[in-house]
Amino acid sequence: MSPLFKFKGGVKPRTPTTHKTASAQAPIGIAPLPSILVVPLHQSIGGHPRPLVAAGEIVKKGQRIGAADKWVSSAVHAPTSGTVLAVEERLAAHPSGLPTLSVVIEPDGQDEWIELEPIDPNALTPERVREILRDSGVVGLGGAVFPSHVKTEAARSMLMKELVINGAECEPFMTCDDLLMRERAEGIARGVAIFRDLLQPERVLIGIEDNKPEAINAMRVAVKAVGEVFSVVPVPTRYPAGGAKQLIRVLTGKEIPADRRSPEMGVQCFNVGTAYTAWRAVAFGEPVLSRIVTLTGNVEQPRNWEILLGTPLKEILPLMRPKADTNRYLMGGPMMGFELPSLEAPIVKASNCIIASSPALFPPPPPEMPCIRCTSCAQACPHELQPFELYWFARSRNFGKTQEYKLFDCIECGCCSYVCPSHIPLVQYFRYAKSEIWSRERDKKNADTAKARFEFRNAREERDKAEKAERLARAVAAKAAEQKAASADAPTDAEAAKKAAIAAAMERARAQQENVQPRNTDDLTAAQREEIAEIDKHRAPPQ
Amino acid sequence: MLSAILIMALGAVVLGAALGYAAIRFRVEGNPLVEKIDAILPQTQCGQCGYPGCKPYAEAIAEGEEINRCPPGGQEGVTKLADLLGREVKPLDIEERPKQTACIDEQRCIGCTLCIQACPVDAIVGAARQMHTVVSTLCTGCELCVTPCPVECIRMETIHEKIDNWKWKYPVFEMKRVA
Amino acid sequence: MLHYLFIVIGAVLVNNIVLVRILGLCPFMGVSKKLETAFGMGAATTFVLTLATGASYVIDHLLLTPLGLEYLRMISFIITIAAIVQLTEMIIQKSSPVLYQVLGIYLPLITTNCAVLGVPLLNVSNGYNFFESLVFGASNAIGFSLVLVLFAGIRERVEGADVPTPFRGVSIAMITAGLMSLAFMGFAGLDKYR
Repeated sequence: MSPLFKFKGGVKPRTPTTHKTASAQAPIGIAPLPSILVVPLHQSIGGHPRPLVAAGEIVKKGQRIGAADKWVSSAVHAPTSGTVLAVEERLAAHPSGLPTLSVVIEPDGQDEWIELEPIDPNALTPERVREILRDSGVVGLGGAVFPSHVKTEAARSMLMKELVINGAECEPFMTCDDLLMRERAEGIARGVAIFRDLLQPERVLIGIEDNKPEAINAMRVAVKAVGEVFSVVPVPTRYPAGGAKQLIRVLTGKEIPADRRSPEMGVQCFNVGTAYTAWRAVAFGEPVLSRIVTLTGNVEQPRNWEILLGTPLKEILPLMRPKADTNRYLMGGPMMGFELPSLEAPIVKASNCIIASSPALFPPPPPEMPCIRCTSCAQACPHELQPFELYWFARSRNFGKTQEYKLFDCIECGCCSYVCPSHIPLVQYFRYAKSEIWSRERDKKNADTAKARFEFRNAREERDKAEKAERLARAVAAKAAEQKAASADAPTDAEAAKKAAIAAAMERARAQQENVQPRNTDDLTAAQREEIAEIDKHRAPPQ
Repeated sequence: MLSAILIMALGAVVLGAALGYAAIRFRVEGNPLVEKIDAILPQTQCGQCGYPGCKPYAEAIAEGEEINRCPPGGQEGVTKLADLLGREVKPLDIEERPKQTACIDEQRCIGCTLCIQACPVDAIVGAARQMHTVVSTLCTGCELCVTPCPVECIRMETIHEKIDNWKWKYPVFEMKRVA
Repeated sequence: MLHYLFIVIGAVLVNNIVLVRILGLCPFMGVSKKLETAFGMGAATTFVLTLATGASYVIDHLLLTPLGLEYLRMISFIITIAAIVQLTEMIIQKSSPVLYQVLGIYLPLITTNCAVLGVPLLNVSNGYNFFESLVFGASNAIGFSLVLVLFAGIRERVEGADVPTPFRGVSIAMITAGLMSLAFMGFAGLDKYR
């Protein structure tokens, strides 16, 4: 048993433990098939998967409907069989309340799978496993939704020391990982083995907060059952122990520097849910179609459900039965989650928890008071930042200074806002500053591109002008020489010769023009001709 | 009296000679200030400032031109220029508009290439008698292509907020009322 | 040796050129908006001031005093300083573009810096010899840089504060400078332990 380390800061939210236990009483339920599914194509960090289906098409369960458009991107699949009603912009599960390109599917109730090819996991090369992970849409289910196949690439350049499996689940209310570990521990253990094979670490550590004894037991049994030597380590319950950097710190004692990523320190971290889906994908060819979601808060029936991705929030309300005074719904935990913009918002790969909120459960924040620089936030910050300084500069829009104070190391865990005696919503200021900085960086990049293109264009025009002038000079010189020669032997013929030369040149030009007719206008289909006629009609000058 | 005049004259001659020699000996081409100003300008190359592009305007600012002639840079750009040059912040002389991108109505385009020639950043593709289109990611929204079009098929569209460019708003909360 | 220490402490803290003698206020107000520029200005001033004290000592003792032209002191110091600044600027621009990036745009400002003229004149009135003049010049420059950097640090912070509207900008900076001046006057108490 290796010693445990501590991370600095963090908080112990004063919420009663019943918030967690309430939803952990019942086993994971399988949510009934919804009447409609709205599957956003962009569900992971990285690229925007391009749609593979069109409205009217029949899809089967597990059929790929969005393909990864680059390496850091992940596929999206039809969660059940049915008809594609539309591929259009629909409201996203995003704090902005803006729409995103989604595939709307009407389930046919058959829940008919595509033909799954049986896979022999032992016969696969690591490259093939990564492709399977990408094409099965396996992404980090802890909430960050980073494509898992990219994370397993680290082993190519670095010797991995530790593989950390994150079962800490530190947010209050949330129990989806807890229940998954209790019920599907063996799948998780086998999924961990897949990551282990890809990364080849020296040891595997599964960190679980010590307030989940059943999960710890289940995982220990499962690890033994599958004949592995992963160590299941209970970690002290303290928010945010489930943050990747914090869990790595607690389990390995390694602190990830600000400008590096954990693989460079020989550690990689995966969520337990990710491990489970990886196993389903590699061993059975099943893509990620659903996820375990904790439905809790101000509800009659707090419980974990396995819900199809794309299920709109309003379809799952009957499962949780919110109480009458519920006024809004949060996605994610109470510390880091955000308010869903509408009941139309779908469940996505990042939705680990839906909390029905009421004024009694989460009272509106008391009025903000001035910062008194008490540094409670600095003591609570698990990243050892100075939130009061960040706040000071973010508030006055001094974004350069916020970056000097390492704004981008902030994981937005909410500890600082939680402890602030002045009730300052610090995290909101940090989010604001971050998105402003990103926007400025985008503008800067665009400006640089525009500048480069403008300069290139100017250079090209200069070059063209110079070349033209040169050609003209040559032509004039040639003409002068010709005239000189002509005037020497046949001065009377000069006029006729010139005319003949012009006629010959025009003839040549016409021949040349006929040769270089645009080729794509030959052999047109009837439809294309019709279309051209239509366009030409438009081009007729207005009367 | 005479010695005083002599001394001063001597000093002036010696120092003037030294400075004159140094000016020739240590001459440096280019003005680093222009580069710094150019880096602040938004590089839309739109010419709304009255200069043919951002670099010429940057040179003009370095020579003393007003700093509030650049609408695409916005008030923030003016503030940055004022900071750099130590001048007064002035309001923009033209109203600030939201960011736009050009859009060609493909039904009406006659393929005249006039807009292609007008585009300062080569963001319009097409060929003679073939349809043209705007590469929207490269378009700076300068509007220079709008007037040359003989059939008025180019319009400017405001860039709408999408999830990719959505920004968290500045937090507005009630402050506790004191007294 | 102790004598030099007194000159240094006296110039940097007790009789700080900006906050106690109230000289060189224009760059103190003008170039203190950002910490980086304050560092640049401080370095440039230190460089020029040390050079200027040396040069003006030479001019005063080898040219003006022997010829009995003490009344030309002020004007000849001004000319000398201006020339030195211009020369320095040109040489730096040519030889070290990097250093010019840091100091370049502040150098012309020093030409009209009253502190740079004030220190050579103080040297004369204090009757310092050449080395004392150099030390006095350098320590005054260090004192100038110190308060400039401190002030810039404060102003960067004040920029984020909820300053009442009429006091925004230079007004609050003036008030801050006044408070700093009061604080530095407290160093006069060091005199007791002399």
